[in-house]
Amino acid sequence: MIRIDSVTKRYPDGTVAVDRLSLDIPDRSITVLVGPSGCGKTTTLRMINRMVEPTEGTILIDGEDSRRQPVTTLRRSMGYVIQNAGLFQHRTIADNIATVPRLLGWGKQRARERAAELMERVGLDPSLARRYPYQLSGGQQQRVGVARALAADPPVLLMDEPFSAVDPVVRKGLQDELLRIQDELGKTIVFVTHDIDEAIKLGTMVAVLREGGRLAQYAPPAELLSRPADGFVEDFLGADRGIRRLSFFPSSALRPATDAVIPVDASAERVAATGAAHLLVTDADNRPLGWAAREELTGGGVRTDRLLPYGRPFVPGTDSLRTALDCAVLSPTGWAVAVDGDGRVTGVVSQQTIGEAIRAAHTAGRAEAEAEDEKVAG
Amino acid sequence: MSGFFDIPSDLQHSWTGLIGLHMREALLPVAAGLLLALPLALLCGRFRWLYPPVLGVTTVLYAVPSLAFFVVLIDYTGQTELTVMIPLALYSLVVLVPAIVDGVRSVPDETLAAATAMGFGPVRRYAQVQLPIAAPAVIAGLRVATASSISLVSVGALIGNQGALGNLLAAAQKYDRPELAVNAVLTMAALAIVCDALLVLLRTLLTPWMPRGGTARPKPAARRAEITPEGAVR
Repeated sequence: MIRIDSVTKRYPDGTVAVDRLSLDIPDRSITVLVGPSGCGKTTTLRMINRMVEPTEGTILIDGEDSRRQPVTTLRRSMGYVIQNAGLFQHRTIADNIATVPRLLGWGKQRARERAAELMERVGLDPSLARRYPYQLSGGQQQRVGVARALAADPPVLLMDEPFSAVDPVVRKGLQDELLRIQDELGKTIVFVTHDIDEAIKLGTMVAVLREGGRLAQYAPPAELLSRPADGFVEDFLGADRGIRRLSFFPSSALRPATDAVIPVDASAERVAATGAAHLLVTDADNRPLGWAAREELTGGGVRTDRLLPYGRPFVPGTDSLRTALDCAVLSPTGWAVAVDGDGRVTGVVSQQTIGEAIRAAHTAGRAEAEAEDEKVAG
Repeated sequence: MSGFFDIPSDLQHSWTGLIGLHMREALLPVAAGLLLALPLALLCGRFRWLYPPVLGVTTVLYAVPSLAFFVVLIDYTGQTELTVMIPLALYSLVVLVPAIVDGVRSVPDETLAAATAMGFGPVRRYAQVQLPIAAPAVIAGLRVATASSISLVSVGALIGNQGALGNLLAAAQKYDRPELAVNAVLTMAALAIVCDALLVLLRTLLTPWMPRGGTARPKPAARRAEITPEGAVR
């Protein structure tokens, strides 16, 4: 565990970048430092590997003061990923990745094998090994940056706004990749960003810092959204935190209704038996085709070319209530289409049903929070 | 018996001998200047206050006429090649120090931060990251220093025939053989061009990592300007 113990960074001109900050960073999880410019998040990160020395306070790595080992040894035990990747433009991709192993004295062959292994892990084509950084896209460069940081298999990974200089689509890919890699490797990651959505997506714990380097709140993302500590955190989270919080509620409680789903070859009697105004028509394989108004179907036979689009389906249990609600809002009929993992329809869900599920989840969340408060108070 | 390549015997060298001598007197000072400039530039990069005085001193040295240098040095080093080469080495600093410092400073901040974070010490970082990336700028400096050194060697003719090809200029007057002067000028120009071409070749060999042609993607350094880096760190 990394323990930041009432650390202050004051510069000679009197500016305080970090003010008596204390944080316990748990092992094998992603801790995100987030806040506006000038909140000291990068300074805090750089104090962990001593690129910036604290003015006061100590940083303990597994219980030991980080100043007790030589600074280069400390740094080589912590991978570092920076904005724009910061690759060595004069070295090939493989040599970039092999940097720390070579510094640690590994043989050429072993370092090269390790580089190849890591390129595969971060999703880079092996043919890129002998290329130079300028020949890669921004997203590829950032993957190399991550591979380079992982090269000597350090227990700790420090990431300083690693994905903020790439476009949103590439950024999402890199974030998903990081979560996948973290699932496999279980590093202790400290991640700096100014993007609260990124913080909420990636963080196991999120530390919100405010200007002047003071800690505003340190909590898991769901708690941050449900119970922001003060107005600053609330403002920083943005206007739609209620909607975003739904990402943390599973949709498994939703019971999709099946009576409004009919196969494309349904008889007129079958249509007549349903009560809904709109019916979801499915093909022989039980995959969605589209919506039809009931009165159009009463004569029997489905005109597939006149169906309304069914929009994006969701998978109950896998997707969150936020996704389910989004599907319902986007659907022309106001009903979300539920499918299983193979894309076969399991039913449809109304906005009203989703609303009830949200209220139930809120009630459960409040009860949990109260129980916790009582525990703390008692 | 007065051909273009017939060198008067009092110069004690053939034409090719003079070329060898000239190259030695021109290139050794540049090499010495480079050896001196590398650590100087490292210090200037590390202690920023040092750069203006260093630049000032090298500029003042450059302003000292070579003849004045010779007069001072001749008491210590006599009428030798060394007396010619010491001022040339000092002159090369005025080009090489700024070239290296600017080249090293052009290395993107994030590259430096990444190197530091990976556990490079200052000297290793300078030698393995900053200098290789600064290579194009360093070689640009070497090209200027080399060309100027090749032409300046001829001044050595003023102190007991230490000017290599420059001695031909004096001989041309003495023996009334203008073709020797033409020979000296053309040969020196050719040497300068050949050396310059070799340095360009060296740069190409040293920088396979540089984008060539117009299809390159923008480098991180170019993109840096668009992104305001997070403040706090100084």
